[in-house]
Amino acid sequence: MRVNWKTYNPGKFFDELISSPGYARKPARRLASYLKSLTHDELLQKKTAAELAIKTMGISFTVYSDAGNIDREWPMDIIPRLISANEWDTTSKGLEQRLKALNCFIHDLYNDQKILKDKVVPKELILNSANFRKQCVGIKPKYNVWAHICGTDLIKDADGQFYVLEDNLRVPSGVSYMLENRRVTKRVFPELFENNYDIRPVTEYPTQLFDMLASLSPRNVKYPEVVVLTPGIYNSAYFEHSFLAQRMGAELVEGGDLIVENDKVFMRTIDGLSPVDVIYRRIDDLFLDPSVFNKDSVLGVSGLFNAWVKGNVALANAPGAGVADDKIIYTYVPQIIKYYLDEDPIIPNVPSYLCIDKAQRDHVLKNLDKLVVKPANESGGYGMLIGPQASKKELEEFARRIKANPRNYMAQPLIALSTVPILGDRVVEPRHVDLRPFVLQGEKSYVTAGGLTRVAMVKGSYVVNSSQGGGSKDTWIVGDN
Amino acid sequence: MLLSRVAERVYWQARYLERVENLARLLSVYSTLLMDLPKGSKLGWHTLVQISGTEKHFNARYKQQSERNVIRFLLAERNGYSILDCLALTRENARTTREIMPTEAFEMINNLYYLARDKADKAVDRSTRGELLDRIISECQQITGLLGGCMSRDDAYCFVRLGRSLERADMTTRIVDVGSGDLLEPLGEGAIGEDQSTPFENILWVNVLRSQSGFQMYRQHVRERIRGEDVVKFLLQNDQFPRATAHNLTTIIKVLQKLPNSSKVKWQVDKTQRLVRNAEIEKKMEKGLLGFLDELQQEIAAIHFKIAETWFLANK
Repeated sequence: MRVNWKTYNPGKFFDELISSPGYARKPARRLASYLKSLTHDELLQKKTAAELAIKTMGISFTVYSDAGNIDREWPMDIIPRLISANEWDTTSKGLEQRLKALNCFIHDLYNDQKILKDKVVPKELILNSANFRKQCVGIKPKYNVWAHICGTDLIKDADGQFYVLEDNLRVPSGVSYMLENRRVTKRVFPELFENNYDIRPVTEYPTQLFDMLASLSPRNVKYPEVVVLTPGIYNSAYFEHSFLAQRMGAELVEGGDLIVENDKVFMRTIDGLSPVDVIYRRIDDLFLDPSVFNKDSVLGVSGLFNAWVKGNVALANAPGAGVADDKIIYTYVPQIIKYYLDEDPIIPNVPSYLCIDKAQRDHVLKNLDKLVVKPANESGGYGMLIGPQASKKELEEFARRIKANPRNYMAQPLIALSTVPILGDRVVEPRHVDLRPFVLQGEKSYVTAGGLTRVAMVKGSYVVNSSQGGGSKDTWIVGDN
Repeated sequence: MLLSRVAERVYWQARYLERVENLARLLSVYSTLLMDLPKGSKLGWHTLVQISGTEKHFNARYKQQSERNVIRFLLAERNGYSILDCLALTRENARTTREIMPTEAFEMINNLYYLARDKADKAVDRSTRGELLDRIISECQQITGLLGGCMSRDDAYCFVRLGRSLERADMTTRIVDVGSGDLLEPLGEGAIGEDQSTPFENILWVNVLRSQSGFQMYRQHVRERIRGEDVVKFLLQNDQFPRATAHNLTTIIKVLQKLPNSSKVKWQVDKTQRLVRNAEIEKKMEKGLLGFLDELQQEIAAIHFKIAETWFLANK
């Protein structure tokens, strides 16, 4: 096995490292020639070293299956993905802009509803949304921010530009893998970090996260008690919950560790009850508090919602923030940015068709075999239709579903996702990727340097989700020196 | 500030890790000991199952008390009692308390688990068994050393020490079982009395000491030839040897001084310590040690229940 860029052909897709067989893009030139210089044995050794590091470091994720939940090692390809610092600076401004506008939007929805009264967003879309929490009306969280942590999925089309694919405002995950991927790459390619590249570090994220969370504390104390609330070891993202708690120096708690007394939250310690100020919750809204939402939830804490309403504890993200990451609301984000900030969106949306609108729906039904159809509220790539790859039966089934519940669907043209080389068993091959940067907003805003690059490891596949066979890559924001 | 749930997991992680090391020591010594004992001696493989307290489960699973079955049961099988499963439990408890341990601790435990998982089946054979057991023992010690060298002396570390010391106190009583007269009938009457000890008895006690890395320490402190009752006294009552039961109970009392609300636990530890200290070993051994060791093990178990009642989540 040796890397030969002359036989590497991304075809009609935009490849981020190699522009055409044998030619690397400018920021990637040193990486490409370095990889080419490695012998078969060296390449193999690097690959094995990465696998071993992942195993030793216990970087894992959980797969749910009929045979029980299995803890699997995290799949990572060792060739990093490169993005130039210039391009990233603009993108990251766009991400901050977007989250700022979305937070204005959520706050408005639960308070004055100006945007509905001004008919920029149709009222019935919100009132019918499964993620609009009536219990949150009238609440004003600190800084008027509801979504403190956002994972925005970006993709590049054939034109090589970033587009926003979706906003994740509930409990976005993946950031620990971004950090661990970097740790693995440092072990595998230390020489590239030394002289060749000026790579922006990613390690400050846990500190930034902690500072943001601490800034939400209702008590004005020097060391507010910040905890990470996890559903427990059987959750697919448990590794990340534990990882973030460890890196932030925060307590990792489960529902059973917390108790609410007189609308104040405490955790049970060996010394008795100890007060909690900020909860970074990794449990969905509906399971947070059995006395308000899902009665059967054993993951949550009874009385938690009221403690939050009374302002005695901060919840990040706030309950109800998910109202703005509905895939139908997504189509309105450009107007939302304009409405609240009076700015044009820096990163464009992928063009979308709303099935609730008759003209657009007719277009969708007519072109179903060319489009990607998504339900409003599913995540993890479930419940969607990829028209060009679907059978006749699947197309008919989706047409039926859309007609029955048009509010629940939107459609987009199939984006020719950009590619990045992966190191296969014998050669380098192009694979489709997306990017999930993480954006924080509290007193201030912060965007990660890059984010988590997810890769569809199967040839030709567009599905990047780890639960469905996706892999990942380290992402380098590289200076132009 | 330590969550009750975390205290419980840290405690169990330390207990399981200590159990792994002790089980590995037991199997290792036993494997060499048996080669030296006379044929027809009652000290068969099944004794190992008896002293680890898993007889019922073993009998439900196997008819034959052969070497292979016993080793498979205690080393490689996924039954909740084997070295491999105790390691899996150590790892699971460590995985869920990663945020309070030094990073390398989980990595080392994780690696040790993978090592055992990949090699345990093969190590049922005598030829590769010793090597694996030695590896396990020395890596357990590395992990213990890492925690000792890198963990702050906070509440979490108190629970590491509680778990480790209690498990050690208990396992040492079980290891004394190996040498106690009740298991040694065929060696003849008076085998353990006075100065009539047989060469086999000597071999037996030397190995019991070796299993606890206590041979040299015994030599230095007891300065006597190896005699059953002196070995038993040394392993149960010595206050300086770190694997002796009395020493571990003393450690627990020291740890308790640093923890809140510890009076009920302390009462039970004091009671157990008195039982150990005041025991007239010579007299006990005439009647057979087994009854005394059973009583002691029950008192040690009672310490665990007091700990759980005082600090762990299920009891709040």
